[in-house]
Parts: sequence; structure tokens; C-alpha cells
Amino acid sequence: MSNQLEALGLHKAFGTIRAVDGVDLRVPAGQVVGFLGPNGAGKSTTMKLITGFLEPDAGSVRICGDDMLQAPLAAKRHIGYLPEGAPAYPDMTAQEYLSFLAEIRDLAGSVRKQALERVFDLVHLGGVAHQRIETLSKGFKRRVGVAAALLHDPPVLILDEPTDGLDPNQKHEVRNLIRELGAEKTIVLSTHILEEVEAVCGRAIIINRGKVVFDGTPAEMDAKAPATVASNRLDWVFRTLTTTELQTQEIPS
Amino acid sequence: MKAVSTIFRREFASYFNTPLAAVFLVIFLFLCGIFTFQLGGFFERGQADLRPFFNFHPWLYLFLVPAVAMRLWAEERRLGTIELLMTLPVTMRDLVLGKFLAAWAFLAVALAMTFPLWMTVAYLGDPDNGVIVTSYLGSLLMAGAFLAIGSALSALTKNQVIAFVLCVVACFGFLFSGFPVVLDFFRGWMPDFLAEAIASLSFLGHFEAMSKGVVDLRDVLYFTLVMGVFLYINALVLDWKKAA
Ligand SMILES: Nc1ncnc2c1ncn2[C@@H]1O[C@H](COP(=O)(O)OP(=O)(O)O)[C@@H](O)[C@H]1O
Ligand SMILES: [Mg+2]
Repeated sequence: MSNQLEALGLHKAFGTIRAVDGVDLRVPAGQVVGFLGPNGAGKSTTMKLITGFLEPDAGSVRICGDDMLQAPLAAKRHIGYLPEGAPAYPDMTAQEYLSFLAEIRDLAGSVRKQALERVFDLVHLGGVAHQRIETLSKGFKRRVGVAAALLHDPPVLILDEPTDGLDPNQKHEVRNLIRELGAEKTIVLSTHILEEVEAVCGRAIIINRGKVVFDGTPAEMDAKAPATVASNRLDWVFRTLTTTELQTQEIPS
Repeated sequence: MKAVSTIFRREFASYFNTPLAAVFLVIFLFLCGIFTFQLGGFFERGQADLRPFFNFHPWLYLFLVPAVAMRLWAEERRLGTIELLMTLPVTMRDLVLGKFLAAWAFLAVALAMTFPLWMTVAYLGDPDNGVIVTSYLGSLLMAGAFLAIGSALSALTKNQVIAFVLCVVACFGFLFSGFPVVLDFFRGWMPDFLAEAIASLSFLGHFEAMSKGVVDLRDVLYFTLVMGVFLYINALVLDWKKAA
């Protein structure tokens, strides 16, 4: 029970593509995990399995002890999820949208009001609260998505590319926020940016073609590069691990 | 059930947040007018009733209800918001019901806006108000049945055009299953009771009974059953897409 998030033996295929091919993930409370991998490695699919949007072909997911397949409502209550691209209803304002989510998550009265104030504050959304989401810049849209994930103060956060498309200042802000939240929450975030992992994650997991190819601290990742590599050492490890693995991705017919 | 009402209110408001509601309502009322006064010979008949108006409803719905239904799930899929909905601590049943009821309520609003027609006949003559009430009820139930079919089909795709076409075709089938052309085709080789069963599936038959002022529980049950079955299929489609 010490693991807040426990995903065991996850498999998911789309037709002949094995998007997730035997992923195990055990994350204790207070750990920030950086989920790395090239495009198409299966990061988003793994997150969709963890959050219950997709059902795995095999394997199980437990969030704070609640099984996603057996007790989906209980398991989903523990999760705050930012899907890839931060989707939201374009015709609603940020205020309307977050109020809707608060209501559906059973936050009522003064609790709802406080929750909304808290997330508006955390991601600095105040100025655009009454603007339709479709008119917001990419950075603000992403913040609306992060606010939606934090609204019910969940113990587990699953963030799919939370800093994608943000400018350097916004990235910096989001990283600080994640570092703060990571003190007490369990966070899994996917990213392409390796410095981000060094900056905020206590643990890095690299997946390639649906399989975990590295699992350790950023320091351990760094140590995998030979001393002759002077700069961009994490890049070097990432490239080596995700380009030399040439196992076939197709299921033989 | 609280989640149903939360989803209902968000959905219902979303119709009026976009030009969709205005465009739809204008087209709906415009077509109602054309059908009733031009094609239906409302004045020429010299009778104070709304039969020409209600007679066209099945055909009006054939295209207008799919236009509402197509976006129900296809739009969520295209926007990616379906991922949000389905990772909320809400059951599939509540999601399907909430969205369906909102769309149905929107159609009810459109229908309610034809109220001036009723006032017109009441002013011109002495209509049988009971018949008009049951006709409205029948029309609303028929719209709901069309809508449930469309909602289930909309869950299959993220392409609204495909959803629209599928829905028109399916609704067409349900409308026409009572027509002699279709029935003659089946009667040739099917046992009579099967052909009758197909005929009894027709929306038209059930709607016509109600628009003559007869509220038969079987007609009401029929439409309710169609809605129930297709909303159930709707949830199954969503579950199936999740596991596929
Ligand atoms: N709904 C889907 N249907 C078919 N293939 C999919 C679907 N979603 C993802 N894939 C495929 O699964 C693989 C993993 O995708 P994804 O998890 O999105 O990767 P990542 O997030 O690491 O970039 C890719 O090859 C992608 O094309
Ligand atoms: Mg991805």
C-alpha cells in the first residue's frame, strides 16, 4: 500500500501496433517521475491506461489502493489528469469550465469557491477567468488544463506534456509549480525535454516501443554516459537507449 | 444522478453558447412554416387543426435531428474532451443520459417555439386541443427516438459528417419500415408475422396514431423503448471503443 500508483504488466495494442508492451510502474507518494521516450513510444497510451480512459489488453492499475477496473469511480477520484494537448470545451470560459468540473467532482458551496480560487491562484489564471477558452493563447489553455487537474487536490497527478508549447518563462513557472506540488503528491509527467527531468524529477523512466528501457534517478541516467561525453549527457543516454533497441514492433502474423 | 444534471446543464448551455442554437431554431421554424403553409395547404383546407404541420414532422426530423445528434459524441472525440469526461468519476450511464437529455431538451425548445401556430388556429377556429397536445407529445417522443439512434451512431466516429450520414440512413430505415414499398419487399418471402413485426417498428405508424389524438400506451412505450435500447447501445459503443 505504500505505492500510490501501481501499474503492473500493462499491455495495449492498436491493431498490429503494440503501443504499450509490458510496462510496470510503481510510484510511492511524493515522487515526481519523468516519463520519457521518443514520439510514438507509448507514453500517452500508458497514461490513458493509468487514468482509465482506455482499458488495457492485460495488466492492472491501482491508484491509492483502488483498482481502476474493479472500482473505477474510486480510483478516478484520486487522479488529476492533464491529457495531451490540454483539451477543454472551447465555448466555455475558464471560470465556467472549472466550475463545471468542480460541481461534477462534488465540490459544493464554499469548498467549491475555495478550490476555484486556489487553482486560479496557483496557475495565475485570474486575468482571463471570463474569457472563452477558444480565445486563449496556448500557454493559458495549458494552464486551464493544469488547473482542471489540480481542482480537487488529488494525491496523484498524471500530466501528459505539461510544458509542451509554452515559452521559456511559462515552462519555468510550470516546473516550479510541479516541484512545489511534488513535495506531497505523486506525479507522473511526460516530456521531451531532458533538462526538465533534471530540474524537477526524482526519477526518470524511458520507454521505447512500448517497453521500459531505463528506470532510475537522473543522476543514474547521467552515469550511463561514458566520461568522454562532455555535454548533453542525458541526451546521449536517451538517444543510445531509444535508437539501438531494434526489436520489431509489429506482431508477427 | 446528480452528475446527470450537472452534465445536462453544461450541455444545454453549450447549445446557446454557440451560433448553433440560433441557426438551428431559425431553420426549424422556417421549414415548419414552409411545410405547413405552402405544402400543407394550411389555409386552403379551411380546418382549424394542425394536421398539415404535424404531418411533416417525421420528414423534418429526418434531417434536423441528425444535425443535432451528430455532434453529441463525435465532437467530444474530435476536441479530445471525451478523454476528460471519461476520466471523471462519473458512470458511463450518467454521461450518456446527461448528454442525451440536454439534446432532447433543446429539441423540445425548438418544438415549443412553434407555439404561435397553435395560437393561430385557436384564433381562426375552434381546434381540438386534446389532439394538438397528443400530437406535440408524439412529436417529442419521435424526436427523442431519432436522437437516441443518432447519439449511438455519433459515438462511433470523430467525423461529424459520417455521423450525420449514418444517422440519416438509420432514421430513414425506421421511418420507412412501415411503407408499402418496403413491406411488399419483405412480404414476398418472409412469414407474415415477421413482416408485420417490421411494419410495427415504423416510427410513422406510432406517430400517426398519436397525432390523431389517440394516446395508446403501446405507442408511448414503443418510443421509450427505442430510446432506451439505443442509449444502451450508445454506452456499449463507448465501452467498446475504450477496450478496442
Ligand atoms: N487510438 C489509436 N489508434 C491506433 N494507434 C494508436 C492510437 N493511439 C496511439 N496509437 C499508436 O500507438 C503508439 C504509441 O502512441 P503514444 O502513446 O501516443 O506515444 P507517445 O505519447 O509516446 O508519443 C504510436 O505508434 C501511435 O501511433
Ligand atoms: Mg504523447
